[in-house]
Amino acid sequence: MFPTEEVIELSRWQFASTALYHFLFVPLTLGMTWILVIMESLYVMTNKQVYKDMVKFWGKLFGINFALGVTTGLTMEFEFGTNWAYYSHYVGDVFGAPLAIEGLMAFFLESTFVGLFFFGWDKLSKKQHLMVTFLMALGTNLSALWILIANGWMQNPVGSDFNPMTMRMEMQSFADVILNPVAQVKFIHTVAAGYVAGSMFVLGISAYYILKGRDLGFARRSFAIAAGFGLASILSVIVLGDESGYEVGDVQKTKLAAIEAEWETEKAPAAFTVIGFPDQEAEETHAAIKIPYAMGIIATRSFDEEVPGLKDLLENHERRIRRGMIAAGYLDKIRAGTATEFEKESFENAKEDLGYGFLLRRYTDDIPNATEEMIQKATKDSIPQVAPLFWTFRIMVAVGFTLLFIFAASFYYTAKRVVHKKRWLLKLALYGIPLPWVAIELGWFVAEFGRQPWAIGEVLPTYMAASNLTVGQLWFSMAGFLGFYTLLLVIEMYLMFKFGRQGPSSLHTGRYHFEQGSDDSSAGGGEPVLARPVESDRI
Amino acid sequence: MIIDYEILKLIWWLFVGVLLIGFAITDGFDMGAGVLLPWGGKNDEERRVIINAVAPHWDGNQVWFITAGGAIFAAWPATYAAAFSGFYVAMLLVLFALFFRPVGFDYRSKIEDPRWRNMWDWGLFIGGFVPALVFGVAFGNLLQGVPFQYDEYLRPWYTGSFFELLNPFALLTGVVSLSMLTMHGAVYLHTRTTGVIKERMKKATTFFGGLLVVSFAAAGLWIFAGFDGFHIVSMPATDSLPNPTAKTVEIVSGAWLQNYQSYPLTIVAPVLAFIGVAGAIFFTIRDRGGLAFISSSLSIVGVIMTAGVSMFPFVMPSSTHPSHSLTLWDASSSHLTLTVMFWATVIFLPIVIGYTLWCYRSLWAKVTIEDIKAKSHELY
Repeated sequence: MFPTEEVIELSRWQFASTALYHFLFVPLTLGMTWILVIMESLYVMTNKQVYKDMVKFWGKLFGINFALGVTTGLTMEFEFGTNWAYYSHYVGDVFGAPLAIEGLMAFFLESTFVGLFFFGWDKLSKKQHLMVTFLMALGTNLSALWILIANGWMQNPVGSDFNPMTMRMEMQSFADVILNPVAQVKFIHTVAAGYVAGSMFVLGISAYYILKGRDLGFARRSFAIAAGFGLASILSVIVLGDESGYEVGDVQKTKLAAIEAEWETEKAPAAFTVIGFPDQEAEETHAAIKIPYAMGIIATRSFDEEVPGLKDLLENHERRIRRGMIAAGYLDKIRAGTATEFEKESFENAKEDLGYGFLLRRYTDDIPNATEEMIQKATKDSIPQVAPLFWTFRIMVAVGFTLLFIFAASFYYTAKRVVHKKRWLLKLALYGIPLPWVAIELGWFVAEFGRQPWAIGEVLPTYMAASNLTVGQLWFSMAGFLGFYTLLLVIEMYLMFKFGRQGPSSLHTGRYHFEQGSDDSSAGGGEPVLARPVESDRI
Repeated sequence: MIIDYEILKLIWWLFVGVLLIGFAITDGFDMGAGVLLPWGGKNDEERRVIINAVAPHWDGNQVWFITAGGAIFAAWPATYAAAFSGFYVAMLLVLFALFFRPVGFDYRSKIEDPRWRNMWDWGLFIGGFVPALVFGVAFGNLLQGVPFQYDEYLRPWYTGSFFELLNPFALLTGVVSLSMLTMHGAVYLHTRTTGVIKERMKKATTFFGGLLVVSFAAAGLWIFAGFDGFHIVSMPATDSLPNPTAKTVEIVSGAWLQNYQSYPLTIVAPVLAFIGVAGAIFFTIRDRGGLAFISSSLSIVGVIMTAGVSMFPFVMPSSTHPSHSLTLWDASSSHLTLTVMFWATVIFLPIVIGYTLWCYRSLWAKVTIEDIKAKSHELY
């Protein structure tokens, strides 16, 4: 009555690919909603038609993206139950609450007002419509907050306790779950990354219009807003990077050591390995180039705190696995109803290591009597693969700094009013559009692959969390997702390119490039005449 | 304020019911509109009228479904785990069908090619038809019991297959939910449209209302005529820690009728279902849109309450291991989680209902073909 290794592997692949796919659309929604709020606020303050057109046009692209965000988000809501049933049973008491509250508090807000955003232009006053846009943005961001509270709890399960009678984790303090330090940093880091994605999207597409010399009034204003918002956001992402959340809990510490490929605990403050080749078998990093002190300062925000290395962590994990075996023995007796009072009490004292005992479940049904060889295997399992984390993290950081450069340059030249002359920057902005997505997807990978072997840190191994399904069922769902998601992505990109190329002309207002008569376009010159109708159109 | 655990468990049974009813009343009409789309609109403009009558609202409506799922996860984690993994293929079919809706609504009118639009029309049809049918099929299977059991670590294990779900009784209850939501969609579209579409919706209300009466009555008679239900012989105290394997349950013919005998007032539920349908048809013919919508909503309340009352206190009986059945007493979350979720619901649900009503009021107007022509590039 336990799923096979293949089912577990396929379940992991399915979850990872559907989550990564969902996360192509979420960041853009998070960022675009605030950009729409900024543009619409400018419209309400200045009364210039061009700002309203900006809200409508960027809103159109936002809508194309939003539809897929909703579509793929549904999958996530289903998947915990369909594919991770034991997970849902084991931690639903704690994990389910933020998800349900997300629905009640945030998703309703976002989804109800998104309808009014698109269809309410003629029915609402200007200020009412701005409020609707704002509430939509608030809803999307509150959504992210609750999801990251849930995710933060997976990394660092605070405010809860295992109950052997109900065979699950139960909530002890809702406040602790909400105020989980890991969740707090994750939230800031993730939404700010979303703002970067939204900004880069607007920046790059606006750069395209400027390069083409089309709709300049519209494009320059959009570019300026994106440059400003993007610069502030990328600075938040980098300065408030979620390294600071890596001090809390064993999973986070292990993740940090793996990202840094730090095998031995170094004297504080530890050095930062810029580049090298981590070797999991030999437990060392070849050809490492290090910057002294850097990691200790970044990770602990201090000069005297140690960052534990993987070898020490593994030693500690082995101890905890052995204690976990004892806890599992008591648990079996409690479940069978044969435990004495003393054994029940002993379980309470040992249960914090029960999860480590469960790491043996992969090798034996009889955890309390696992062999030495099994214990060694489980210990090796207790840290994630180092090399993939090491590399993805470094690429993410490099992309982050590239983005910082693009936004800083865009902001600087916009302020100096010469951005239209910097064609190299405009091209960089256009072709750099995918960059935030690269960094974000890698960031997801670092956070969640770095959590392995745990579904819930120190509590429930991923291996035990999957549903009892068959390989055939998994292939059915994988094929379905692959087919639908590929098709939807093709359609989405087609529409994005179509409307992106058309630009504000797709609004059919008669004010923009492709709607001008051919005699207009011949009247070229340095500043195309096409932008003028917009500039002069003041209500 | 601390509420007794026992009371909270009961309240959460009601809350899940409220969320399911909320889902069926709101998301139900746009799924119904999807089912009616290929027949209700004979050309592109007519179809756009139907789509735009639900366009601003379907997304908010769908959150009722997501929140109901989330609330079951939080309040009845064992049920969420056992039902979603047990009904794996059925759940994924619903999910894949729902994929068509967000993109169908949003992308359909962005390109003028008739083949493109026709494709999304069928997408929206599937996105309404499949979930509406499968929800009923799922309830039909719950009423018969689901083949699942627990191991010593309370790992749920489903032993049936997908095709077992498609048995005659479950298909009948599938027709109940399909006709219920389609009727509801027709009633909604009747109030929001004019002319030829409005006339078609009148006919659709009568047809699907009639189908609902027949199928609902047939399912009732089936249960009346010696259908096996579940009966608790003994169980731990209702305020004890939830343990879904600690009770004794027997399968008894007619057990689903016991609650109506013990609490005669509950007969209100099925009666309400019939009266609601009658009202929906009557008021639609008289062109009293508001009253028709209320009647149709009441019929939904009646049908869902009937399922709930019949099974009470069961939420997911096990046909192979009846003592492993899930009830509202032993599938619940801890006292603290139910308390937190209670307050979250009590605070946020009225706010949600408040702004949802404001949203409907702000956008309430008949959608006409002239509107579609005038705002062809803005509307869906």
